[in-house]
Amino acid sequence: MSFISYLINGISLGSLYALIALGYTMVYGIAKMLNFAHGDIIMVGGFSIFIVSTTLGLPPLLGILTAVVICTALGMTIEKIAYKPLRKAASPLAVLITAIGVSYLLQNVALLIFGANTKLFTSVVKVPPVTMGEGQITISGETIATIVVSIIIMICLMLFIKKSKAGQAMLAVSEDKGAAELMGINVNATISLTFAIGSALAAIAGALLCSAYPTLTPYTGAMPGIKAFVAAVFGGIGSIPGAFIGGILLGVIENLSKAYISSQMADAIVFGVLILVLLVKPTGILGKKINEKV
Amino acid sequence: MALLDVKNLGISFGGLRAVDSFHIEVEKGQLYGLIGPNGAGKTTVFNMLTGVYQPGDGKITLDGNDITGKRTIDINRAGIARTFQNIRLFKELTVMDNVKVGLHEHYKYSTIAGILRLPSYYKKEKEMNVKALELLKVFDLDKEKDFLASNLPYGKQRKLEIARALATNPKLLLLDEPAAGMNPNETKELMDTIRFVRDEFDMTILLIEHDMKLVAGICEKLTVLNFGQVLAEGNTAEVLQNPQVITAYLGE
Amino acid sequence: MKIKTNKIKKVSKSSFTIYGMVILAYVIMQILVATGSLSSLMEGLLVPLCIYVILAVSLNLTVGILGELSLGHAGFMCVGAFTGAFFSVATVDLIPIPILRFVIAIILGALAAAVFGIILGIPVLRLRGDYLAIVTLAFGEIIKNFVNVIYIGTDKNGFHFSMKDAVSLKLEEGGKVIINGAQGITGTPNDSTFTAGVIMILIILLIILNLVNSRAGRAIMAIRDNRIAAESIGINITKYKLMAFTISASMAGVAGVLYAHNLSTLTALPKNFGYNMSIMILVFVVLGGIGNIGGSIIAAILLTLLPELLRGLNDYRMLIYAIVLIAMMIFNSSPRAIELRERYSLKRMFAKKTKGEDA
Repeated sequence: MSFISYLINGISLGSLYALIALGYTMVYGIAKMLNFAHGDIIMVGGFSIFIVSTTLGLPPLLGILTAVVICTALGMTIEKIAYKPLRKAASPLAVLITAIGVSYLLQNVALLIFGANTKLFTSVVKVPPVTMGEGQITISGETIATIVVSIIIMICLMLFIKKSKAGQAMLAVSEDKGAAELMGINVNATISLTFAIGSALAAIAGALLCSAYPTLTPYTGAMPGIKAFVAAVFGGIGSIPGAFIGGILLGVIENLSKAYISSQMADAIVFGVLILVLLVKPTGILGKKINEKV
Repeated sequence: MALLDVKNLGISFGGLRAVDSFHIEVEKGQLYGLIGPNGAGKTTVFNMLTGVYQPGDGKITLDGNDITGKRTIDINRAGIARTFQNIRLFKELTVMDNVKVGLHEHYKYSTIAGILRLPSYYKKEKEMNVKALELLKVFDLDKEKDFLASNLPYGKQRKLEIARALATNPKLLLLDEPAAGMNPNETKELMDTIRFVRDEFDMTILLIEHDMKLVAGICEKLTVLNFGQVLAEGNTAEVLQNPQVITAYLGE
Repeated sequence: MKIKTNKIKKVSKSSFTIYGMVILAYVIMQILVATGSLSSLMEGLLVPLCIYVILAVSLNLTVGILGELSLGHAGFMCVGAFTGAFFSVATVDLIPIPILRFVIAIILGALAAAVFGIILGIPVLRLRGDYLAIVTLAFGEIIKNFVNVIYIGTDKNGFHFSMKDAVSLKLEEGGKVIINGAQGITGTPNDSTFTAGVIMILIILLIILNLVNSRAGRAIMAIRDNRIAAESIGINITKYKLMAFTISASMAGVAGVLYAHNLSTLTALPKNFGYNMSIMILVFVVLGGIGNIGGSIIAAILLTLLPELLRGLNDYRMLIYAIVLIAMMIFNSSPRAIELRERYSLKRMFAKKTKGEDA
């Protein structure tokens, strides 16, 4: 029976990765850049909730809402100031390095404001735990909330891209910025919107991450960010269902490795599986094959 | 026996039959043209001849050797060099170095010799420089030898691509739309250069071209491709008179 | 007709400038050390500076010359560090001449990293762009994780290996644990000196600069500029990609050996061998100019010194570092900033003036 609870915990962790990876993959698919600061936006979301709900004692929902607003604004601002000037740079690495700079910046601003000490985060999830199998398996409220929220968000995102005008504009920009512009699509606004959505998702991920793992430091977002990035690549970067599947798989593999093989080697195993998958499918599980025209 | 002998060559992309039962025989020393409307499959044929695409079926023989389905580098070593429709130079290398990369297989010294600057390095580099400069002179590029390739004007970039292909000392040279984007004067000059290359290097040349003046001016034989199939072949003058060819080009 | 002649490559001249720059910096530093005008903090930074320079220059071989993005450079450094330190600790009693032992350690470290370069390179170098980046990042993390769980000890029966704990090594009396899991390696002889570091920099520069200006180097750069064209003229893509990647990895291994012999205790932490380190090296390379070897050296030195120079500002130093990094990237690479710079550059104003006089 313990296997099932490990599996469920893995799916929960995986849902978190999936949620973060959705933001990564959207930004990558549309702006064609790896937003290394994405994980740190999660951290900002976490601290926003911490201030509103724990320090000020206001209702958690208000905290989440504040986090979403702050992160969305932050994401759009970062894009405008740091990434936009480099969109047409000669080397794609320029914007990658800038994103790393932004990541350092966010971490250090948080360090200045909140210090390096770990903050204890009060869970914002008010879902009661569920007990199954004659009391042997308990699924925490956080786990249930994470899984449900990620699935809902993924479906909403897919519908948004498929059905809405803005979503179609995103698809067009991801295919060809120049052509999209000629068709009358406001490329700048579309990319800005992408960052807004990605950052809002990061805020929600922050709420769930800090509820499930109730500690908060300026570096909280970094490692989940990298893992989610791996998940996005795993599933085929740029693909929304890919990010979701990649996230879930990553979480499950990580948790099962921790339980059955070695907790120290869990990360190594996750990364090892990633390498193997990419060797078999060079563009990830659901990635598109890219052919160069000769 | 023809230098290049292609029989029943075909390839499909997904459900689309891009090229079907293509055949061609190019004799040594010939200047041969492959023409046809846009999308007829000409570049696809080149890509199969050079191993960029694996042919679905058919047989390609170069100078008596079966090269069907071989890797690009092996086909180059067997004796086919090419240029590209959308120029593919080594942009961040100098004009000289572009040609010297072409000489790669013919002037060898070990990497260690290169790093330690052993005598073989100086000897071979010197020989390479002489040979490369010789080639650049043919194309009137010797004055620009130290420019970055990307800084050359368009017409000269096309010439440099031909020089680089020739540096690999091929038996057969494939030119993919060498006159694309050139003005009439440049095209005329290019025609002279192509003829000169054929005579000077005793080269066999197969070229894809849309410029009918160039095709009529220098090609001895033509094959016309339409919808992936050979529509007509033969001497240039005859083929260009062929009513079917005229219809294919001008439409009904 | 407009041709930018200013882009003409002057290879040999710039190579000598780079060697000269390094030697000059070495002489100046030695004088400063001899006259005691260098703070002990700065003196302690000399060897790390050499290490960062080697890392930056060698990563530039992969990123700039080969044109592939690698985020696993710290992984190769880790391999070199542990191999070198392991050798030195194991033979500290056997080989009494420190220089000889150190040279062998460096060679072994480079070889071990090269072997890992080949093992990783053969399967993954066919991946493109960001996928290669993430796989190399994964590799670095695996290496870091792995060295944290290995235990190797030695006694009179030879070497013992375990992945559980030091007790499982079952060492006889008098045996010693060399690699102790997460505690790493202790007691590595302090063989790394500023002089050794500079010598290694010069050797590595010699290898890279001579490689670039040789047949193999041209092939590597041809692949970078246009893979399909390179293939069409008979260049063996796999061979040269692997060559550049492996040489780059082995040099990171050398940096690792220097790193290990500059500390008495070597442990694999996210800070020194994690992806953050790889990223930091990449920052040096990009900021110094991709493919610009001299630029990598300068960027590595400046960016290593910057946080130290800002030490007085304590809490604010990493913040300033981050802002400087973002500002420099935008200033250096944004098309608009480049245009503005060119419009107001002194050179341009001067050129206009002379033109005016001609007319």
